[in-house]
Amino acid sequence: MTRIDPDLVLSDGSPDLAAPESGTPSAGRVFRIDRRDFVKIGALAGGGLVLGVAFPGRLRAWETAAGAAGAAGDGAGGAAAELASLNAFVQVTPGGAVRILMARAEMGQGVRTALPMLVAEELDADWDAVEIVQAGADPDRYGRQMTVGSSSVRNGAWLALRNAGATARAMLVAAAAGAWGVPASECRTAGGRVSHEGSGRSAAYGELAEAAAALGVPADPELKDPSEFTLIGTSPPRLDTPAKVTGKAVYGADVRLDGMLQATVVHPPRVGDAVGSLDDADALRVPGVRKVVRLSAGIAVVADHTWAAFQGAKALKASWKDGGFHMGSDEIARTLDGLLDGEEAAVAVDDGDAASALSAAAHRAEGRYVTPYLAHATMEPMVSTARVGEGECEVWASTQNPQGAQRLAADLCGLDVSHVAVHITYVGCGWGRRGSVDYVRDAVETAKALAGTPVQVVWTREEDMRHDEYRPISHYALRGAVDGKGRLSAVDARVAAPPIGVQEGRGSSGRVNRSAVDGIANSAYTIPNLRVDYRYAGIPVPTGYWRSVGPSQNTWVMESFIDELAHAAGRDPLEFRLELLGGDPRVKHVLEVAAGRAGWGKPLPEGRALGIGLVRDKGGRVAEIAEVSEADGRPRVHRVTCVADCGQVVHPDIVRQQMSGAVMAGIGAALHGRITLEDGRVVPGNFGAYPLLRIEEAPEVDVHLVDSREEPGGVGEPGLPPAAPALANAWFALTGERVRELPMIREG
Amino acid sequence: MARYTLRVNGTSHQVEAPPDMPLLWVLRDLVGLTGTKYGCGVSQCGACTVHLGGSAVRSCVTPVSAVGRAEVTTIEGLSDDGSHPVQRAWVAEEVPQCGFCQSGQIMSAAALLERTPDPTDEDIDQAMSGNLCRCGTYDRVRKAIHRAASEAKDAGAAAGAGAAGAASRAGKEG
Repeated sequence: MTRIDPDLVLSDGSPDLAAPESGTPSAGRVFRIDRRDFVKIGALAGGGLVLGVAFPGRLRAWETAAGAAGAAGDGAGGAAAELASLNAFVQVTPGGAVRILMARAEMGQGVRTALPMLVAEELDADWDAVEIVQAGADPDRYGRQMTVGSSSVRNGAWLALRNAGATARAMLVAAAAGAWGVPASECRTAGGRVSHEGSGRSAAYGELAEAAAALGVPADPELKDPSEFTLIGTSPPRLDTPAKVTGKAVYGADVRLDGMLQATVVHPPRVGDAVGSLDDADALRVPGVRKVVRLSAGIAVVADHTWAAFQGAKALKASWKDGGFHMGSDEIARTLDGLLDGEEAAVAVDDGDAASALSAAAHRAEGRYVTPYLAHATMEPMVSTARVGEGECEVWASTQNPQGAQRLAADLCGLDVSHVAVHITYVGCGWGRRGSVDYVRDAVETAKALAGTPVQVVWTREEDMRHDEYRPISHYALRGAVDGKGRLSAVDARVAAPPIGVQEGRGSSGRVNRSAVDGIANSAYTIPNLRVDYRYAGIPVPTGYWRSVGPSQNTWVMESFIDELAHAAGRDPLEFRLELLGGDPRVKHVLEVAAGRAGWGKPLPEGRALGIGLVRDKGGRVAEIAEVSEADGRPRVHRVTCVADCGQVVHPDIVRQQMSGAVMAGIGAALHGRITLEDGRVVPGNFGAYPLLRIEEAPEVDVHLVDSREEPGGVGEPGLPPAAPALANAWFALTGERVRELPMIREG
Repeated sequence: MARYTLRVNGTSHQVEAPPDMPLLWVLRDLVGLTGTKYGCGVSQCGACTVHLGGSAVRSCVTPVSAVGRAEVTTIEGLSDDGSHPVQRAWVAEEVPQCGFCQSGQIMSAAALLERTPDPTDEDIDQAMSGNLCRCGTYDRVRKAIHRAASEAKDAGAAAGAGAAGAASRAGKEG
């Protein structure tokens, strides 16, 4: 039960866990559980210390003021359930390595570096001796493993992993003190060693690990005060970078297994259609093609190599059963506009009396906004590898949702999840797309037809782009009022959109879809009269979570409209916002700092203008100011000032990477991103028709992180929402043209 | 199907492949080098960039029959140990996030610096325009290329006037 998987990603150069030096906990040994702790301990077969760490899932860790050790273990069944969820294992090996088994997926956001830092800080480990090992799917051991919502640090890990480090440290100190016959309180730790000044003795953690494993778990290991941090708040080199600059990092498509075949899948081109008749004779004549397999969602072509599979897929002759969906983009737009005009709505928020404030307004603004469907377009197309043997199934996937993959494979194979192993590879961009497991379904169903032969199923870019779960299209009708003193008095917003997961029957009319109004109903602004409603659209184009989700589009609408209202009242958009931000001083502060750094109100180079966007999202607060000019009728973004308050920062350089990348993502989507449909089919199939930001369009990004001791907030997503409105508001300041529909540039 | 002898990273490989099979899939599925990535298949993303006879090409649209005797260099062959100046600059600037496109970015950057040892931002934008990065690492790509260029210049200066002269001549030829 405590076996540690020698997972595939170890081929990035991480040490082999099967090697005798590291050992694995002996199978028969039962972990002792200290009910007052989140920590279970055990011993390595080779003589070392293992700690299993439970994250307090339902309990937000920072709400337990006493720290991680006290609260969740007390009491009954709930606590026991918490304790069953071990999210990470920490090993101190006899050789002195500190090995951390990580259950989250590394998709660029830096968890493989930031999470071990939490352990190493409290353990006073030698950072160079820290090794990270990727865990596979296992709900019993790791609890929930979804890597989503900018949550890897802020949800639990912040205290739980530090607690693990502090616990291990206390045990190593106790082992040393016992061996030396000195008080533990006189021992010091640093750089992976315990030392005792009085006796002049010193020992490396590796030498103490076995003795430490025989000790009890200390009751309340003390966590450091943030002022004592020596590692947290610094930026050691990312542990994944060397593998990523040498081509050694193993992504989903880089899995190589003995006898493995390559496959690709053709899905019905129209939303909601199914496979009808199939003539695979030509496909099977393509040299290298082995087999054609009907799947529940499409047709797989299995071959000796990917190119043959791609050629075979082109040679398939299939007819599709019409599912009845034939809408194009224009009809979808008319449908959503009709919903905005209709009466049927679910009220998300109704504070004060927006109607009265609107009729009493000194200045008004009114406008309709449109955001399009967007594809995730991760650089690595959807890919998964599977092998289905007798009574067992093994899956390798670039996934944010290994347990979803595991449950799905178990269902498809009629197995208990304990007989399904899921290996997590490096993820070639997540963006939320890989929380879905549709591509894992393709791989497992294909593997089932191959009797134990492993098969890798790679979607072509065209399949990836046309069979995404898109960010929902959304139409908005806004009215706003400013009173005689120039202060915002009311906003009335109607939002018409399909809910996320509409293809699975999620959402219904009369019920508010939270994502659809997230960023408008709960913005950082204090608005005395605010009414927001949601109008359900049951358009079956698949929808999913797209980096930063609701705020990725709603913040553009809210921030553009606030800008409209400021201009309607003849106010400076900065001052107008600042006086509405009294309810959240941290947001106000990031905006003030951003304005200062961007030179708001100061002379700019000829032909340039500034625009503001800000957000409070997933525990992060970010203000961005874009500096924009015009060239050939198109916007050019020269510079974006990005000021973020994400609470206590673990690794500032990773946060800067995330913020800068999120700015690029927001600008790219605002300039170019749009998925269109014709006759029920998604039109763009590649980067020509669905352009991403390219380097020549990439602004300089000045990221500034506000020094904060607040609990850690989200990092991966909150940098994205403010970028589009900062750009669009700068465009208005420059040209007088208000952008009410994205993207700003239409190709073709 | 035809038989080809390819020179990849200094080693000869015999492969049997249809003539139109792109070099990308020959490298990944027949030679077994997975550092070169598939992103689009139509030369629009640059994830598949390799060097062919010293120039950057998109291997996803380069048929194996067109390779001939030209030396193919992939990310695995750029250096044995990540010590190529561009790789070192990439580490120093912490360019990669998810990292999937970075093999292609690095190969394009290395080819740029071969012909233009001291590129301007415009040179960089032009040479790197075909390499998409969904994580948006572009600002660091620029910084890392400038760093690699300036370190090469410093190394050249330290090595003496002869080497610097050679670099400058290479620049003019490019």
